Amino acid sequence: MNDGSNLASEPHELRITPHRRRPSLIWLVPATAVLIGLAMLIHTWSSEGPKIAITFQTAEGLTAGKTPVKYKDVTVGTVSSIDLSSDGTHVVVHVSLIKSAYSLTHEGTRFWVVRPRIGMHGVSGIDTLLSGAYIAVDSAKSGKMTTSFVGLEDPPAVITGMPGKSFLLRTQDLGSLDIGSPVYYRRIQVGRVSAYKLSDEGDNIDIGVFVDSPYENLVTTSSRFWQASGVDLSVNAEGFRLKTQSLDIILAGGIAFDSPKHDRGSPAPEQAEFVLAKDQETAFAPPEGPASYIQLRFDESLRGLSVGAPVQFVGMDLGHVVSLDLDYDPASERFPTIVNIVVYPQRIGRVLGKLSDADDIQGQSATPHSRFLRSLVQRGLRGQVRTGNLLTGQLYIALDFIPNAPEVAFDAEARPLTLPTIPSSFDQMGDKLAGILAKIDKMPLESIGKRLDASLLNLETTLREINGQVLPEATKTLRQTRDTLQGMEYWLSEDSPTQQSLDGTLLEVQRTSRSLRTLTDMLGRNPEALLRGLP
Amino acid sequence: MKSLPPRAEQLGIIRCHICDLVFQPTAKPDKAVRCPRCEATVHRRLPNSIVRTWAFLIAGVILYIPANVLPIMYTSFLGNGIESTITDGVVSFWNSGSYGIALVIFIASIAVPCAKFLILATLLITVRKHSRWARLERARLYRMIEHIGYWSMLDVLVVAVVVALVKFRELATIEPRVGILFFGTVVILTMLSAMSFDPRLIWDDKE
Repeated sequence: MNDGSNLASEPHELRITPHRRRPSLIWLVPATAVLIGLAMLIHTWSSEGPKIAITFQTAEGLTAGKTPVKYKDVTVGTVSSIDLSSDGTHVVVHVSLIKSAYSLTHEGTRFWVVRPRIGMHGVSGIDTLLSGAYIAVDSAKSGKMTTSFVGLEDPPAVITGMPGKSFLLRTQDLGSLDIGSPVYYRRIQVGRVSAYKLSDEGDNIDIGVFVDSPYENLVTTSSRFWQASGVDLSVNAEGFRLKTQSLDIILAGGIAFDSPKHDRGSPAPEQAEFVLAKDQETAFAPPEGPASYIQLRFDESLRGLSVGAPVQFVGMDLGHVVSLDLDYDPASERFPTIVNIVVYPQRIGRVLGKLSDADDIQGQSATPHSRFLRSLVQRGLRGQVRTGNLLTGQLYIALDFIPNAPEVAFDAEARPLTLPTIPSSFDQMGDKLAGILAKIDKMPLESIGKRLDASLLNLETTLREINGQVLPEATKTLRQTRDTLQGMEYWLSEDSPTQQSLDGTLLEVQRTSRSLRTLTDMLGRNPEALLRGLP
Repeated sequence: MKSLPPRAEQLGIIRCHICDLVFQPTAKPDKAVRCPRCEATVHRRLPNSIVRTWAFLIAGVILYIPANVLPIMYTSFLGNGIESTITDGVVSFWNSGSYGIALVIFIASIAVPCAKFLILATLLITVRKHSRWARLERARLYRMIEHIGYWSMLDVLVVAVVVALVKFRELATIEPRVGILFFGTVVILTMLSAMSFDPRLIWDDKE
């Protein structure tokens, strides 16, 4: 407003401006702020670790920005984001790791989500029940660096760097085994199942087991592995058999191994292959060698014979029944049973070597085999069904030399080989019973009955006669007899006259005899009295 | 405007802000003078006000970035620890349905500091330009930011109290993180900035 004052103030400002050119100390404050900010930026930038992507089937329990990634229980990163894969089949979890976790980005590093899991082999990840799931890492020792990984759906049983050895078991049936199933050596847990997969052909299951240090040297080249799964109740020709393991194995199943006492062997190398037997007996059974299939034909009922029933050769387990088929024979109008058995000739071991033309038998060709069998058949080898156990009624097949067996033709060229059979001992007993019954049947039971009937009629007539005629007579006779007896009683009674006269007579006789004795006495002393009379 | 009474500058007088003595300074304007009664240093205007305000403001803005990016608090509940920034806190409260708390934190920690930065910057720029635009409103804004200044410390206070209270070892633990330090510094810097600004400058132009 006031031009004068305006002009007057201008010179002041012009004078003051150069005075203020010197930078004020207050600018140190924003300068420090910039320095701190820069320091933070550099720190963050330098501590930035690798960013990786892990694919999982599900993001269950994972939260972007929260779920930690832990290696040996040390947090090495955090899930930064979770996306669906482009085809929508799985989830991609982006993880930013800390700088020191560069070594975890080798190819082959395994990632899995630790969630609470409750299984037969115990409870795992219970700490995550409240704290939430986390991603665990198992680092691979080498391999090239990569940033994308495929996460495991189940936690691995074996972590890299654990002391111990891995072995491979081959089996037909997984049984109750699972990843984490224990491996026992004399009921001490020494390892666990780490993996299993179907073989490429699909006929075998390859089970990976991991035996912890210091037990890994117990697995030797001659070790036998078997399934120690819980309760084994078997009903076979040998009767009932119940085998149990310790309680935890009963609940969870497991694998046991041992080495034969006589042959310890040397420690097995890493990844050595073994066969997993179904039980301890099978595991320690001698090697079976090539199997031979033999057909048996039985005319009798085979109730009680089941698939798997043992085949015994002179008391030795030689094989087992593989199938039972009913056949129809139109000629005899009977239904014979075709029993296919598998036998392992090597099971009889050294006997085989001692038998004649043993060299031929050892040969893989089946013809010498059948020739040998023919010679045995000629010596009386027959198949027979026998009762193994009377209680359970289980049957088994016995291959035995039967004395006086009827001669049969043996076709050594037939496939499968057919072994002649004889009826079972039980069947023979039945035959005998049937014979007895037939004889009973032949008896003229009807005529016997008729005659018996006629005889009985005669008897009845006779009895009637006896009743009508004989009995009254007999009554009469009896009455007379009673009278007679009454008379006799009278005669014999104490006060009857007869009795009294008899008493008198007897007294007289007594007196007489006494006087006679006196006479004889006197005569004895004085014999002359006879002549002279009494003195 | 013309009916307004004359201003101290026009009358060439100055007031001591300690003992309220009004006197005529002998020295030149903009130069520090001493109160003849209590000998306190008396300025017509706060010295270097605009520069200091700018400096504090810029420092505050710079530090506001790490205060928001870095975690302010580490919450460990049953072994599962997470670090959360201010924005995380707002978002998690909002998502969990506590809209009121989320709003309070948002206003105290994000809206108010940002408003202060903007208002201070506006005031500084307009003062520099000797603008005559909306003087009364600007004066009111200044009074407002001066009042709400310390309320921005709400976040820092909450963290301090919670950290002190929640110490249940493995069960639950809350620890402060470096972000809260930056945030506290930002609040102090904005308060200093607001204090350095002389509102009399708003009215100080050649009328």
